[in-house]
Amino acid sequence: MSFPWAEHYTPKNPLMKWVDEKLPLPRLVYNAVGAGYPVPRNLNFFWNFGVLAGLALTIQLVTGIILAMHYAANAGIAFDSVEHIMRDVNAGWLLRYAHANGASIFFIVVYIHIFRGLYFGSYKAPREMVWLLGVVIFLLMMATAFMGYVLPWGQMSFWGAQVITGLFAAIPVVGEPIQTWLLGGFAPGNAALNRFFSLHYLLPFVIAGVIVLHIWALHIPGSSNPTGVEVKGPQDTVPFHPYYTAKDGFGAGVFLIVFALLVFFGPNMLGHPDNYIQANPMSTPAHIVPEWYFWPFYAILRAFTMDLTIPFTGIVLIPAKLLGVMAMFSSILLLFFLPWIDTSPVRSGKYRPLFRKFFILLIIDVVILGYCGGAPAEEPYVMISQLAAAYYFAHFLIILPIIASIERPDPLPGSITEAVLAKAHSTGDEAEPVAAAAE
Amino acid sequence: MVRILAALVGIFFSGMMLLSFLWGAVAYVGSPPEATVEHEFHEHPKKVAWTFDGPFGYYDKQQLQRGFQVYTEVCSACHSLHQVAFRSLEALGYNEAEIKAIAKARQVPSVDAATGEPSTREGAPADHFPLVYPNDVAAAAANNNAIPPDLSLMAKARHDGANYIHSLLTGFQNQPAELLKKFPDSKTPEGLHYNPYFANLNLAMAPPLTAEGQVTYGEGQPKPTVDQMAQDVAAFLMWTAEPNMEARKATGRAVVIFLIVATVLAFLSYRNIWAGKAH
Repeated sequence: MSFPWAEHYTPKNPLMKWVDEKLPLPRLVYNAVGAGYPVPRNLNFFWNFGVLAGLALTIQLVTGIILAMHYAANAGIAFDSVEHIMRDVNAGWLLRYAHANGASIFFIVVYIHIFRGLYFGSYKAPREMVWLLGVVIFLLMMATAFMGYVLPWGQMSFWGAQVITGLFAAIPVVGEPIQTWLLGGFAPGNAALNRFFSLHYLLPFVIAGVIVLHIWALHIPGSSNPTGVEVKGPQDTVPFHPYYTAKDGFGAGVFLIVFALLVFFGPNMLGHPDNYIQANPMSTPAHIVPEWYFWPFYAILRAFTMDLTIPFTGIVLIPAKLLGVMAMFSSILLLFFLPWIDTSPVRSGKYRPLFRKFFILLIIDVVILGYCGGAPAEEPYVMISQLAAAYYFAHFLIILPIIASIERPDPLPGSITEAVLAKAHSTGDEAEPVAAAAE
Repeated sequence: MVRILAALVGIFFSGMMLLSFLWGAVAYVGSPPEATVEHEFHEHPKKVAWTFDGPFGYYDKQQLQRGFQVYTEVCSACHSLHQVAFRSLEALGYNEAEIKAIAKARQVPSVDAATGEPSTREGAPADHFPLVYPNDVAAAAANNNAIPPDLSLMAKARHDGANYIHSLLTGFQNQPAELLKKFPDSKTPEGLHYNPYFANLNLAMAPPLTAEGQVTYGEGQPKPTVDQMAQDVAAFLMWTAEPNMEARKATGRAVVIFLIVATVLAFLSYRNIWAGKAH
């Protein structure tokens, strides 16, 4: 599962030799993230975000496990137990703020990671399985984050749980029984809080498991790279360690600085004030909004305001609410089909002039959707989200295949090394012209 | 096949969206949504320069003590503070004896040791501030059906909390004539009080701070104007909501400096390892 020129693990220390014979774990690590994994030499900083996502998950696991030692998943005392953590537990405020903002930064990192994949065509053959597993991780993250947001049992926790489980109530006939079954009652209560806590503790470990598969699947073809041209020989790669461990070390430093600024100087900036009010089933907040990272999808959900009817008969085929739910789930599930929708043989957006224009449009579109999803459900936000949602679906399902068939891609470099040396030449940075020519 | 199905799904969803948009746009142009009185007359909180703003922010203990005095003499008649323990008042600069006295002055729920009947006893530093009303029903019954919220987290439970509390306390006024002219149906109902900083403009709480000198501040303290009292109690409530803010910011400064140094070193080692390797 690697290139023929990958370095082999040879334990020098007798103890490591002994371990490696009994259980080749050191070998596994060496081949996964050590010098035994050859990686394209031309990765840019967008390739840091996979490792950063792993770091974010680790932060969430460590802080979350400690928080669970102090938190009480009971509707009567959950809210107060969070305040107990904030006030009485040693460094409890740090743990909780790190965990709450850790979720946000995890999503920031993962969104950059996903858009990296979209731009550089990382989803294309032979890495379809890496992409599919990535979408699975994303779905698991969304479920985990949603249930985690319920645990403090504030107003947004309660009403968020009500709205999100209410999505299932839109399913015809069986919808309402499903919602009742999910919640363990007719409204969010102690049963719902307990099962959400249990699942919120379980799912991160499932995510960790799928990440192992994600990396395993990645290591079969090896990492993609910004040119999208496959590795042709040893001159195109460098060993992961020390080259990319050093680069990821720097990336992790920048990541932690941003994270620390958020946790220590703006810990409530990304949260909603209403979640500092204890859950109250008798009082509905003026605007129920999920956490920011769900806003684009929430905007799509709310954009569907019109029932699908048979014209001039008034017979409703699909009610607006169900359409919204279908569209919201489709907006994520369509990513599963992306490797087969975009048929352009060129991977990297760098060599796809037409694709690049639409890609920029997609980023703007998702930002607009996000903004509208966080805004109150009133005009003009609904109309704007309708236009933005129209483009979102059109981009992935209609425009991408058309671009693939009409676009004339720019000429691709012959190899990764050729591209690297051309760049070095044009910037006057000719550190190794002779050595590279010899290769 | 995948692409044909994808295109059909895409045409369906995008088409529905464009139709809904056209429908909505026609309705919007035909009958634009009417402006609501909240939209037109609600005001964002006034900005106050707080000592706790910014990365070097700190709590002014004198101010917190004054705010605690305002809370005790005015707010605590209706509003509880049940997340806060008496022992934590140490952060305001009170000593042990003072905290014991503050706790002792309040009755907390207890059980009669002889009969087992519910009863009360004098507070101790380990107790939390007791509830003002035994339950929400009692609170509503005593306050014209409005429940005075607990204030422990108020400064974090509203957008721009400290400014909001200050603006709300100083924002009571008569309804503008312009409002009544434009929205004749929006006259403040009997028993409510107009305040442009409150989300729906009319709140049940009567102006709590009405006159200069309502609370008597000690020697060397600023004059207890309504504005001053409102600022002091807002600062105090910021502290009750975020008692560890000073530790958080101090830790944050050290962490960020450490991380910057570590990141510079990581950057240099990255450059060092990649030196001579075009990429």
